[in-house]
Parts: sequence; structure tokens; C-alpha cells
Amino acid sequence: MKLDAKIPDGPIQQKWSNHRFHLKLVNPANKRRYTILVVGTGLAGASASATLGELGYNVLAFSYHESPRRAHSIAAQGGINAPKNYSNDGDSVWRLFHDTVKGGDYRAREGNVYRLAEVSGSIIDQCVAQGVPFARDYAGYLDNRSFGGAQVARTFYARGQTGQQLLLGAYSALVRQMDAGTVKFFDRREMLDLVIIDGQARGIVARNMINGIMESYVADAVVLATGGYSNAFFLSTNAKASNATAIWRAHKKGALFGNPCFTQIHPTCIPESGHYQSKLTLMSESLRNDGRIWVSKKKGDKRPPGEIPESDRDYYLERLYPAFGNLVPRDVASRRAKEMCDQGYGVGSTGQAVHLDFSDSIKRLGRSVIQERYGNLFDMYKQITAEDPYQTPMRIYPAVHYTMGGLWVDYDLMSTIPGLYVIGEANFSDHGANRLGASALMQGLADGYFILPYTIGDYLASTKFRPVKNDHREFKKAETETERMVKKLVSINGKKTVDEFHRELGKIMWDHVGMARSRAGLKKALKLIPELKSRFWKEVKVTGTDLDLNVELEKAGRVADYFELGELMALDALHREESCGGHFREEHQTAEGEAKRNDARFSYVAAWEYRGPKKSAVLRREPLKFEYAKPSQRSYK
Amino acid sequence: MQKSDFYRGTIHSLASSTIMNLTLKIWRQRNRDDAGKFATYQISNVSPDMSFLEMLDVLNVDLIKKGDEPVAFDHDCREGICGSCGLMVDGRAHGPGRGVATCQVHMRSFRDGDVVVIEPWRAGPFPVIKDLIVDRTSFDRIMQAGGYVSVKTGGAPDGNAIPISKHVSDEAFDAAACIGCGACVAACPNSSAMLFVAAKISHLALLPQGGPERKARALRMVEQMDKEGFGNCSNNYACEAECPKEISVAHIARLNREFLKAKLT
Repeated sequence: MKLDAKIPDGPIQQKWSNHRFHLKLVNPANKRRYTILVVGTGLAGASASATLGELGYNVLAFSYHESPRRAHSIAAQGGINAPKNYSNDGDSVWRLFHDTVKGGDYRAREGNVYRLAEVSGSIIDQCVAQGVPFARDYAGYLDNRSFGGAQVARTFYARGQTGQQLLLGAYSALVRQMDAGTVKFFDRREMLDLVIIDGQARGIVARNMINGIMESYVADAVVLATGGYSNAFFLSTNAKASNATAIWRAHKKGALFGNPCFTQIHPTCIPESGHYQSKLTLMSESLRNDGRIWVSKKKGDKRPPGEIPESDRDYYLERLYPAFGNLVPRDVASRRAKEMCDQGYGVGSTGQAVHLDFSDSIKRLGRSVIQERYGNLFDMYKQITAEDPYQTPMRIYPAVHYTMGGLWVDYDLMSTIPGLYVIGEANFSDHGANRLGASALMQGLADGYFILPYTIGDYLASTKFRPVKNDHREFKKAETETERMVKKLVSINGKKTVDEFHRELGKIMWDHVGMARSRAGLKKALKLIPELKSRFWKEVKVTGTDLDLNVELEKAGRVADYFELGELMALDALHREESCGGHFREEHQTAEGEAKRNDARFSYVAAWEYRGPKKSAVLRREPLKFEYAKPSQRSYK
Repeated sequence: MQKSDFYRGTIHSLASSTIMNLTLKIWRQRNRDDAGKFATYQISNVSPDMSFLEMLDVLNVDLIKKGDEPVAFDHDCREGICGSCGLMVDGRAHGPGRGVATCQVHMRSFRDGDVVVIEPWRAGPFPVIKDLIVDRTSFDRIMQAGGYVSVKTGGAPDGNAIPISKHVSDEAFDAAACIGCGACVAACPNSSAMLFVAAKISHLALLPQGGPERKARALRMVEQMDKEGFGNCSNNYACEAECPKEISVAHIARLNREFLKAKLT
């Protein structure tokens, strides 16, 4: 299979506008004759459904939640980037493009990233018009802040709840179309299979999560907007239900999976407190602006932090990186914290944490300044840990929080299956090996509001569709197969719960496919994951029946997919013999312990093709060309 | 999260390592048509650092291992923002503490030997689907009845074209912070959804973007609210007391003004 990204010719500044002109249009009167299924109604899915509905298509939107407003986009805190240059600090589309390609450690497509930067300004306009209450200054204009190490202030924000306000904006656009009758919303439905007829994506099989019945839906095109797969690690900052099932089942039907090993680990999360921990909570990385990170110089030091004198403290980031100190990028800060804990310097009852200390800043600036800057984060920390960060240092530890990898898509956001589009975090497209802060919301909405609605029309206008109904044998076959799988899961009746298996998988992933990866560790993971998977299929216990609301059954299906995806993540990490962005291979580092890219061998997108349960996935390569942003090595010394 | 003093839960022991044993009385209901009843469970080794939902996770592992069905409850982000979780704990929507969703309650708010009663939201327009899960799609139908600005994608002017005073924008935000969990309805003796509806009406009425559709929105949303069977407001203020985002009843006053103005002019 030859991968064609279909990047338009011409100068990068004109690619998108030229391409838009060349896209075929569907006659306005004919749009309602086309049915589009949108699976997932977070930022990407809700904005796409609303916009497609508004254009006149017949849209069916699906969510495993009761309401689109529950999607995990809602939990994003920090903000959304746009190079409006309202701050007059020299920002431009060109600069955002450069920052994003460099931040992604030169593993993203230039053409896609430029387009993302180009449309991002319209997102802000759109959201303001919907009534999103972005932060404003005293003159009444939109306020910006600098975020995630950017040297310009281009981040728009809505207190610490930017994701919530943007999602509610997209949700309001979506309910408006539901009101108008162009979008029909199906709540509590989980897509379990993709149906392909004559080589085209023609529909899905979804389980009705209230009564367990498999339902078939026919369409002319299918859009997956189902988010990322951080929960393969069990503990992550993702919501509990976030899962990879829709993209994984599509992958098994022929959609290639791009860069599965590119995962992002966030350094400032609240650490695990015990074996019962169900998820992790992220705190904005802005905390590192005024907090100093340290551990005791003595291994296993159990003294309370206040009793450890200055001379016994190791401010290891300041020691290792005199220039950047505590403000080194996310991946570096995360990796160093894990290293200190692995060597036995970790703090707290579990030893899996490092201190983030504000006492110097409080002395220097006063408590009120710190409270003004971080009050809500300090409250959140205190609420969860019952410790007061004004009095005692915070304990922090890194956690998985975003996946840059996802289904491979071309410039039109179409996967390798004709008619199957993938948008938002679910695709692999724009962040390369590392995503910059305030870029996830930007990409989700860019795809949904301003890119997919154009490109999907070209496919519909230029494709012939055979009339198909949901009793077609391919639908019946998919229904039978998914039914067989859920019946099998409820019938095993073993001794271990789904969560116990999921935790065990998460531990393998964290230990060997997490922040620092090695050849030996990855090979070990590739042995352990299939073993655990086969035990799962013999020993899992799912009570209740399939024809009922059954939360354990829902989880079981998702975990079954995580075993397979986890294996592919390890395989991808093993093959990529370089360190780049969030992917750090211990064998490939500089003398100072920094990531060492290998552009000569690995300047490509790794897209994996599924070939059946017994065969190993096959690697296809999409070479990356850098004409405008020339690759350089990062240095934070 | 804007309120710096929202951490006002009942705390008996800070970061204590005391392990607790509790008795749980939990509402079990097979489906919409089942009458439902309380079941009693003993749970031991509860750590004060567990979240309330993690405590239920632990109970569920016990139940599954015994071959029973786990207690079904809605939850997702576990950070107090998605609005999925919502349990009546000892008769209080979202349990002890102020300004928190159920997922943000920690077991340090309880004492060894406590009996804890856990129920679903109780309101006609929120029928129980199973155990502690209720159907809140009535909220979506209210939002559908005009809880939006009719702007088309792509038709928006520059974001800075309409200056909005910071004070007004902040007040609109306070209302827009609603997470749609339904605690206001569950806490209200009349099962009124006034605080939920007011939050949206107020958010959009305060902003110039919401101006052109202001009257129609107030009329339609209130009409839909009544149609769904939610009760009226009798100034009980339980909604404000239990709202995880501490949305003020002052927004209900604005809703009343908006509705009257729309009716009379």
C-alpha cells in the first residue's frame, strides 16, 4: 500500500486556499440526500456535526455519554492558541506554524500544521460569537497569556475552564442543529464496528448501552471523533470512559494507525495515593513558573519536608539545567522526576513523587501574589490531598495525558478507508511527536468547524454510492461478530475483574512503554502483553448480561482493545530507534542525557497496517519533508 | 474553580491514615420499570484519602467477585467538571461539603462506623435508568429550545469587534460555569430546574451576542422546562447551596425578569 498524504502543491501559504478552490462542491439542494455519521461529540465531533448539519447534510451523531456536554474535551484547563497578535508581540501564522513543527520535534507534516495555524484565528471569532466568555481586559477586549513556554502571548482562555466553555459553545451549535432537525443525536450508543461495502465506509454497528441491542446505521461517510487512548495506561488524566475502541475497530477493518507510540506525559499531576487510585488529576504546568522542584539528597528520606535542611535538598532540574531550571519542557521534567524516584529519592508515602515547593516564591512575592496566580490550583490540590501547599510543598508526579498518535489521515482528514474521516485527537495529524500546550483545543475545533466540512463534500460529490440498507449482509455480519464478542465476555466467568486486568496492563505500559523506553523493556512488554491478553480471555469476570445496561461489559470490550493497541504501541516504540518529543529511547541520548533524533532514518510517519490476529502489523512509511521549518536539535542547558 | 474558599467540606481527620469500616445503604433498581429498593453492604478498609467514587469502585470489586452485579453509577472526568456524577449522599445532592461534585468528595469527610445512604437524583423528569443512573436528557431538550446563539459557522466578525466590559463578562462566566449535573433539581423540594435554566438564560442575556434572540429564548426555554415536568421555584435556595459551581440564585431573578419582559413586551 502506497501512502499518499495528498498535500497540495504550491507555496505553503497558498496550499489550503488553492485546495479549497479545487474541492468539488455538493449542490445545496442535494446535501440533504447525503447521510454522514459522526461518532463522538466532543470538541471535534460536536463542531463537525453542527457545521455539517448547518450546511444541509443529514447528520447522525453518536455518543456513549447521555449528552454531548459530558465529553472529555470539557476538562481541558489552559487555553487555545491563535496568532491574532492582539498582544502586539510579533506573533503571526508563520510563527505559530514554526513553533508547532519544532515543538513536535519535526515529526509532523508541514502542510497540515500551516493550515492549522491559518484557520485558528477564525476559531476564536466563532467561539466569541457563540457567547464563549473568554477572559477580557478592563477595556473589554480579549486577554491573552503566554502558555507552555511560548515566547508570545497567543493563548485565549476562560479562567481555568477553557475546554468546558469551548465544548459548551460547540454543544450549543449542535443543539441548535438538533432543534432545526438536521442533526439527530443518539445518546448512550457505543460504536463497536465499522461497516465497509464495496471498499467504502458505509456505516457502523453501535451497541445501545441501555438495552444492549446492536443497532446498524447506514451512511455515505463516517467521521470518527472519538479522542485519544491514554487510558491504555489505566492511570492517566483522561476521563474514565475515554477509550480507543472506535478507532481500534476501524484499524482492524483496514484504517492504518499512525505513530501509535507518540504519547505525552505531563509533569505536574497529583500523585497516586493508594492501590485504589482510579485516575490522575492534572494541574496546570504554569505552577512551575514559581515552584521549585526538589528531592532529598538521601535515599528513602522519611523526614517531613520542613525538617529537611537546605543542604540536604537536591534541586535537580536547577542543577542539571542551569539556564531553564524548573521550566524545561514537559518531557524533560517528567523523565527526570521518574529517574529520581526510580533511584530511590522519591518522596511521600509511596516514594513515587517529587516536591514542588513554593516557599521561596511566597517569601519573595508574598502569599497574596501566589494566591492570585495559583489559588484555584492550590485549592484543588488541598481538596484531593488534604495538604496545604501554602504550608508544605506539593507532591507531584508525571502522568499520561494526551496521545499524538491516532488513525492515519491524509490532508483531507480521510483515513486509508475511503469515506472514513478521523478528526481531533483520534487522528495522528498535527502534533508530531509532542503537542504544545493550548494546541489540542485548537486542532479539535479546526478540524470540526473549518476543515472537514469542506473536504468531505469533495468525497461525496465525486463518489458513486450504491443504495444500501441496514439489512445488508455486511451489517448483519458485523452485528453477529460484535454480538459474539460481547456474549463471550459475559460468559467467561473467571475470577478477576476487568479493572484488575486493566491495572496490570497499565503497569506494563507505564514501566516499559512510558517515559523512558529501552529495547529490552519494549521486548519484555511485547512478551507480557499477549500473555496478559490471553489470560484476560480465560479469566475475566463480567457479571450481568449483555442485554442490559452493563458497565463492566462496556469496560471489558475497551480493555480487550487496549491489549492489542498496547502491543502496537510497544512495537512502534521498538522500531523507532531514535528519541523524539515524547518518545525517549534510552539507547538514543546525548552525553548529557537529552533526546537524540535520527532524521536520516526516522523522518517519517510510521503507519501500521493490521493483518489479522495471528500476524504482526506491517509498517508503511510516509516520508516527511521540511521545506520551511528546518530541523534543529533542542537544547535547554 | 474560581472560588478560592470552596474547600469547606466537613473534615474530621486531615490526611489521617485511619482505616474506616462503613455501612452503605444503596438504592438498587434493575431498570426504569422496576420498583427498586435499598440494599445494605458492609465495606471495610476504607482509606480517608479515597474519593467517594473510588470507595464505590472498591465495593464493586467485592460485588463482582461474589458474582453480583456492581452498583451502576454515572461518572467520567472525576475532576468535577463533566457533570456526569450525581449522587444523593445522606440526603444531600453531591454529599457533604460545598462547591463540589460527588467525585470531589473524599472519604475523610466520613467517620469510622458511619452509615451512608446513597440514592439517585429523585425527580420526575429524571427517571432512573438503573441503580444510581438517571436519565437527564430533559436538560438537553431544554437547551435545544433556544439555549444557543444562532450564529453560523464562518459568519463571525473578529473576536475583538465587540468589546464587553470585564465585569459583565465575568458575571456571564459565573453563570456559564454550570456543569448540567442536575443537583439543583435533586436538591429542590419542587424538583425545579430554574437554576439550570437561569444559568443559560443569564449567561446569554448578559452578553451582546445573546441580545437578538433574548426574548424568544426566555419564552421557549421556560416553556420546555414546564413541558418536561420540572416544578416551580419557591425561593428555597437549596439549589444554590448544593450547586457544585456555586451558581447564585440571583440568576433566577434575572430569568424571571427576562421571562416577564418577554411576555409583556
